[in-house]
Amino acid sequence: MRTFVKLLSLAIIAAFVLGAVATFPAKTHAQSERTITIGFTASQTGKYNVESTRQINGINLWIEQINGAGGITLSNGTVLKFETKFYDDESSTDRVQELYTRLVTQDGADFLISPYSSGLTDASALIAEQYGVVMLTAGAASDSTYQKGFTLVYQTYTPASRYLTGAVDLLAATDPDASRIAIVHENDKFSTDVANALNSYAEDLGYEIVLFEGYDSGTTDFAPFINKIEAADPDAILGGGHFQDGSTFARQLYEKDAGANMIALLVAPPEPTFAELGDAALGVVGPSQWEPLAQIDASKAEELGIEFYGPSSQEFTAAYMEMYDEEPSYHAAGGYMAGLLIQKAIEDADSTDTDDVAEALDNLDILTFFGRNSFDTSDDNHGLQVGHSMMYVQWQADGDELVKQIVFPFEAASAETVYPIGSE
Amino acid sequence: MTTQGTDAKPQNELLNTLLDNFKIWTKKLSHPGLWITIVGVFILGYLPIADQSPEAAFANATARESTFTILMSIVLVSSLNILLGYTGYVSFGHIVFYGLGGYVGLYTIIEHQWPLWKAMAAGGAAAGVLALVLGSAILRLRGAYFALATIGINEAMRAFVSNYDPFGGAVGLSIHFRVYRETYGSYQDAFLVMYKAMLGLAIAAVVLSYLVKSSKFGLGLMAIREDEDASDIMGVIPYRSKIIAYMLSAILPGMVGVVFFFKASTIEPAAAFKLHTSIEWLVMIMLGGFGTIMGPVLGAYGYQNLRTILLTSEFFKNIQLAVAGLMLLGIILFIPAGLIGWLRRHISFTRRVLT
Amino acid sequence: MDFFAFLIDGLLIGFVYGIAAMGLTLIWGVMNVINLSHGAIITLGMFGVYLAFAELGLHPYLGIVLVGMAGLLTGMVIYAVAIHRVINAPHLSTLLATFAVNMIIIGIGTAYFTTNARNVDFSLGSVKAGPVNIQVTRLVAAAFSVAVTGSLYFFLYRTKYGKYIRAVSNNREAAELMGIPSAFILALSFGLGTMLAGIAGGMIATFFPFTILSGGTYEVKSFVIGVLGGIGNPLGALIGGILLGIFEGVMPYFTETSWVPVFEFGLFVAILLFRPQGLLGAKK
Repeated sequence: MRTFVKLLSLAIIAAFVLGAVATFPAKTHAQSERTITIGFTASQTGKYNVESTRQINGINLWIEQINGAGGITLSNGTVLKFETKFYDDESSTDRVQELYTRLVTQDGADFLISPYSSGLTDASALIAEQYGVVMLTAGAASDSTYQKGFTLVYQTYTPASRYLTGAVDLLAATDPDASRIAIVHENDKFSTDVANALNSYAEDLGYEIVLFEGYDSGTTDFAPFINKIEAADPDAILGGGHFQDGSTFARQLYEKDAGANMIALLVAPPEPTFAELGDAALGVVGPSQWEPLAQIDASKAEELGIEFYGPSSQEFTAAYMEMYDEEPSYHAAGGYMAGLLIQKAIEDADSTDTDDVAEALDNLDILTFFGRNSFDTSDDNHGLQVGHSMMYVQWQADGDELVKQIVFPFEAASAETVYPIGSE
Repeated sequence: MTTQGTDAKPQNELLNTLLDNFKIWTKKLSHPGLWITIVGVFILGYLPIADQSPEAAFANATARESTFTILMSIVLVSSLNILLGYTGYVSFGHIVFYGLGGYVGLYTIIEHQWPLWKAMAAGGAAAGVLALVLGSAILRLRGAYFALATIGINEAMRAFVSNYDPFGGAVGLSIHFRVYRETYGSYQDAFLVMYKAMLGLAIAAVVLSYLVKSSKFGLGLMAIREDEDASDIMGVIPYRSKIIAYMLSAILPGMVGVVFFFKASTIEPAAAFKLHTSIEWLVMIMLGGFGTIMGPVLGAYGYQNLRTILLTSEFFKNIQLAVAGLMLLGIILFIPAGLIGWLRRHISFTRRVLT
Repeated sequence: MDFFAFLIDGLLIGFVYGIAAMGLTLIWGVMNVINLSHGAIITLGMFGVYLAFAELGLHPYLGIVLVGMAGLLTGMVIYAVAIHRVINAPHLSTLLATFAVNMIIIGIGTAYFTTNARNVDFSLGSVKAGPVNIQVTRLVAAAFSVAVTGSLYFFLYRTKYGKYIRAVSNNREAAELMGIPSAFILALSFGLGTMLAGIAGGMIATFFPFTILSGGTYEVKSFVIGVLGGIGNPLGALIGGILLGIFEGVMPYFTETSWVPVFEFGLFVAILLFRPQGLLGAKK
């Protein structure tokens, strides 16, 4: 008994000593360590839940990796570690400014990432400007956000005006005889911006816009639109909005056999869960900010004569799959990218000071797994993404499986476009 | 109290009437409940802006934001209470006035570079006119039919604005950041102006709802609430009184819409005419006690604070909506008169202080 | 454009609208309660069918039957917990009590299901009638709606409890004097209304993807239909639903679709003003 007690106490003491040894060095070694807080709000309970959740996953993966690699060490020896702080904005403007103010003034956020939607971003960007904190936007693709005179807001994604224009180029290249386009889009800020830009682009190329209509955000019954589409007899149907309405639209287009040769919709098709639609997903094209299949690595950067930074596409995909056990979508990559941009800018600036970091971002022109990234620095469009461009995916059949292939731009394509839809 | 036939009366009689009126009103205006509420709202609003040193301004920033939300709710809810609490007419779609006011205000700011106060006046006027026009039609309806009509109007308005190009259609309107700097120096300064405007509106809403309640007109409204047909026989003209009450309850929300969307710098149909928010206002009134002056103020304060706590707490943030729902249900079932109503009923001395 | 296609699509979806509205208008007519948890319950119906299909592997139509039965019970529980205490209080109390139930359902639903879109991956193909392409699921839903309406009428007019419900609806005090257990009958009515909402949700789930927030749209439509068909009139609700469906289906033929809600709600207010008893005449 006695020996047992002795042994036990010895064991306890040993555990304490070991524990102390294990924990202490980390705290004493570095001269000074700072934790940088990245603040953002996300739509956990609103209608942009799917998009927003993936984005948080991406950000968290970046945090995990940067901290795992020992953080960033500045030239003065300060080691920077990162953490996130976020709230649910319920996809609503009501409190988004209050939450961002809380992030900056109470939670001490050093950098901000935008909410998902453009309207919420406009409101929260005012808070970033007011307190002089750099905000990276992920989502928030409307060009108008960057035409409001902000100086600290930087866009990760390709802006709305260039979201679907590539689909028109794809159509032109695949079918020179095609001449009629129907545009049916969600009636919200982002999708309307996309549709308006698409409309004028297609008209300039000589296409006839045979239908241009918006649908309410909550729309579930697309029958009236599909009837109109059938009557207009277009070669291509372009438009959509977000995930929910987009997948509903795609399903009904399929069920009603709307009969166009090409269907390209916003946001929904690149999401891996779009495949749950089964046959209705087949052949649908969607613009994507990034795809796991995209081959973007250092060799490409050499061609362009710019720096390659961060992991390759394959590395990112593998790390994400390991952490979340699902394929990353472009929203996940976008979240990660926002973090990566902050990391790069801090390294370039060798400082976390807002002015230095903003200057570093202004001068940035790099290639990452996500694609090229650089920002407009003019007064009228400050922060607008000018380096990055979209790629276009299409769901194709591979035996019984549905696979998402890159079909445009052709130099990045992983498969040929199936055209007309259903011809496979 | 009418001026009819005054010229037939001797001078001093008129003077006596005026004096009596004056006495009645000074007595009414010296009600402790009114002053407690005004001072309370003022202190609530003043504390976060009392110290303007940069350090304090930074430290109080979150408090300023959440107080702004509370003050805003006080105006909206006290205004709605003039219709709901006094006449018993449930306006579900009251947010239509807030949304329209916001749109008109932002339109004048963007297109005509109007200053905030002028835009607020425009927003309030637009809301008042809309209430007059709508009210003349739908106030003929009673009970649930009126409530449903207000929903229909809000939805129709939202759909209309989504198609109305001068208001930006589905994209909405957006203010350039420059506007704040050029007019107010910086966004901080602009926000301080908005904040003070909101504080002013909150006090105005309290005073307005008190004046209405303690006037003969207000008594008429409450007669309508108790029995509309009987009130008609008793000489209240329900139809006209209701329209005036509807207008009074619409004007301040129209002005609040201008301030809020000026602060957000952007307005979209979905944010301006959100039915859910409209129902939240009813919840706040019920929490505090409907038909009272303090009730809506306390309801707004309690509800918004609760929402902040639930939204930002690690534990509750996933089920915050369900928790709020449970609490609301508990109050409806067990304290239907709201906090003020309950206190007045159960603790007799509070009747003199609470109003 | 083929006008016929617009008409058929509107007509078919109208049947489902009708069942959704029937649940609302039954409760409204019998106990004078506007059920603001209606939309949340429709959503529960959708998720019920989804879970039965995706988790238990049941046929969606069997799922709808189960959802209906569960709905009856759920409704009676909701009545007992949230409504009975305030059934005689002013309108505002029942409105807010049912709104609180709505918040609780949506709150728990969002925490559990998130707001992800769900899809019951089920199709019966489509048939071609001339130039019009009709989904079979919508045809089945329409037939099912007629059957549900028929059963409801049979229940209300041919069974003891159905007659009790009508008696309580006409005059609650008198019914109580006659020895009818009014509390139970009110609970039963609320259960029936909930059942109808659940069934409507289940049918919608067989052809539209949905999220936890989808019910709200149908709730607002149910208000419109209730007023169109006359409050407390189940057949009126079905006809009102069909009228609204046709209106929504056909209007886009004449105008831009985004203008349709403007006319829809404008018309709604106009009917309230000029014919508050509904186009088909209310019971009271």
